[in-house]
Amino acid sequence: MQVTVAKGIRRGLAGRDKARRKTVYILMLMALPGVVYMIINNYLPMVGLIVAFKDFSFSKGMFGSDWSGLKNFEYLFKTTDAFIITRNTLCYNLLFIILNTVIPVLAAIFLAEIETRFFSRVYQTTILLPFLISTVIVSYLVYAFLSTTTGLFNKGLLPAFGIEPIKWYSEPKYWYVILPFVNTWKSLGYYTVIYLASIIGIDKEYYEAAALDGASRWNQIRTITVPLISKTIILMVLISVGRIFYSDFGIFYNVPMNSGMLYEATNTIDTYVYRSLCVLGDIGMASAAGFYQSVVGFVLVFLANMIVKKIDSESAVF
Amino acid sequence: MKHKDVGMKVVAHAIMSIMTIIALVPFVLMIVSSLTDEKTLTYYGYAFFPKKLSLDAYKFLFQAQKLTILRGYGITLLVTAVGTIASLIITTMLAYALSRPKFPFGKFLNFLVFFSMLFNGGLVPTYIVYATGLGIRNTIYALLIPGLLMKGMFVLMTRSYFISAIPEAVIESAVIDGADEFRVYRQIVLPLSLPILATVGLFSGLNYWNDWYNGLIFITDSKLFNIQNILNRILLSIQYLKNSTDVEASQLLSDIPTASVRMALATVGVLPIMVVYPFFQKYFVKGIALGAVKG
Repeated sequence: MQVTVAKGIRRGLAGRDKARRKTVYILMLMALPGVVYMIINNYLPMVGLIVAFKDFSFSKGMFGSDWSGLKNFEYLFKTTDAFIITRNTLCYNLLFIILNTVIPVLAAIFLAEIETRFFSRVYQTTILLPFLISTVIVSYLVYAFLSTTTGLFNKGLLPAFGIEPIKWYSEPKYWYVILPFVNTWKSLGYYTVIYLASIIGIDKEYYEAAALDGASRWNQIRTITVPLISKTIILMVLISVGRIFYSDFGIFYNVPMNSGMLYEATNTIDTYVYRSLCVLGDIGMASAAGFYQSVVGFVLVFLANMIVKKIDSESAVF
Repeated sequence: MKHKDVGMKVVAHAIMSIMTIIALVPFVLMIVSSLTDEKTLTYYGYAFFPKKLSLDAYKFLFQAQKLTILRGYGITLLVTAVGTIASLIITTMLAYALSRPKFPFGKFLNFLVFFSMLFNGGLVPTYIVYATGLGIRNTIYALLIPGLLMKGMFVLMTRSYFISAIPEAVIESAVIDGADEFRVYRQIVLPLSLPILATVGLFSGLNYWNDWYNGLIFITDSKLFNIQNILNRILLSIQYLKNSTDVEASQLLSDIPTASVRMALATVGVLPIMVVYPFFQKYFVKGIALGAVKG
């Protein structure tokens, strides 16, 4: 009798053990495709950063190529390109961060004022549309305005004011304005949605109390809305600052139509890496610039994330 | 009457109307231009109220260039459909495993996903891995796999949805009834997670539809161009041909209504998004608000 009970328990335990092992086994199988993909898509390329220290040849491969020490970096930093691409990447991003904060916050505040569901929905839907299209399409839209021979500006607008046509795609100076405008146009809806979500989350009672005290709508916005969404604003800015070493390749490559005469104003680290690799075939330069971006970029993302975590542990990536 | 400040409302409507118009105007110009007569375009340029309308650009696209356009569309549709489904399966399976407290490597794998969002090797090593390591150049896989198949952010979003929206008790009782983890995932978790599936699926589909980057880097065979790649190459190559002094090339171009065809092509590329988007607007907004801080 006792023996059978013990046997039963043992069998039960063994069964549970087996079931547990089976559970783990199934979960591992389920995670496998994603993990394999991550290894190929993310972790092998991280290891591959070593090619920046190599004299890479396709026939010898990532590991077989000969080491070249810091030669690639010496070449890179001897060029003026290194300075220009760093300057452009940082300055454009700084400008983008300011524009992508101020304008969307204002838009979200005004959007929250609109109580008619229909209008609020129409406005929100429309300003989000540019965010959903590819930069290839954006480049066509910009081209419709800026084409030297058939653009709306050169054929319609400028003649109306008696201004000579401008060769937009060969004069860099205009692009310091065009690119920030295009970028803001494209991302306005995205940031507005985020800030609007934050405003909607504010407890209505604050406003009711303020209204009872006779505060005007404008004063309510100033003293309630803005302080209460400031955390979201700070978080979004920090995240953008963390990504300040990365640029949106499409904006800087497609929108200026890869025009060589504009490189001074449109070349960023990402476009430089692409052109060095795919157009010039200079893997040394490309990998050195890419390594520079990955490492400095990582340090900045890491720091930004640490600060974010201090402010709000929920939103931090780790 | 929540607030009586009418002035504020007027200002709000005025400013939002201006922003809405600015967002929309380029699309109007594109569509109107694509319907404008070519001679009118060469003379007056792209305009909102053209003197003469014409369907020549679309006729050219869907007659002379029928094969290119339809093939491009076909590739875009195929890649978007297959890619989105594959991406949903891989993402949710990993997210499910990571959401289970019993999964022993959960913490470590979670960190791997996080870290892949913080640090990346960039274009050069990625290109070497895919092009020389996996021989992906000029294959359909180049449009499906690099960068697009699974995004760390989507895994994390899905995982936290599973953890917060599906009660552990529901899963436990299914396990006691003898269901294995895969069955729980398929028959209980997925049907309960439609909102997050819709959000991740939509963004993933949009990423595939809009992708031109993989095509630019890995594809040189024009038979494999998706609609974005066709747009991309044509804009750049018309510019190139126009600048060239090659007599034959300029002769070739003079027969094509280039100015209107350009805009017709762009319209063809973006119209599906403009048509479909309003119906899914809710999910896009939700997805942005969800993933914003983790983006």
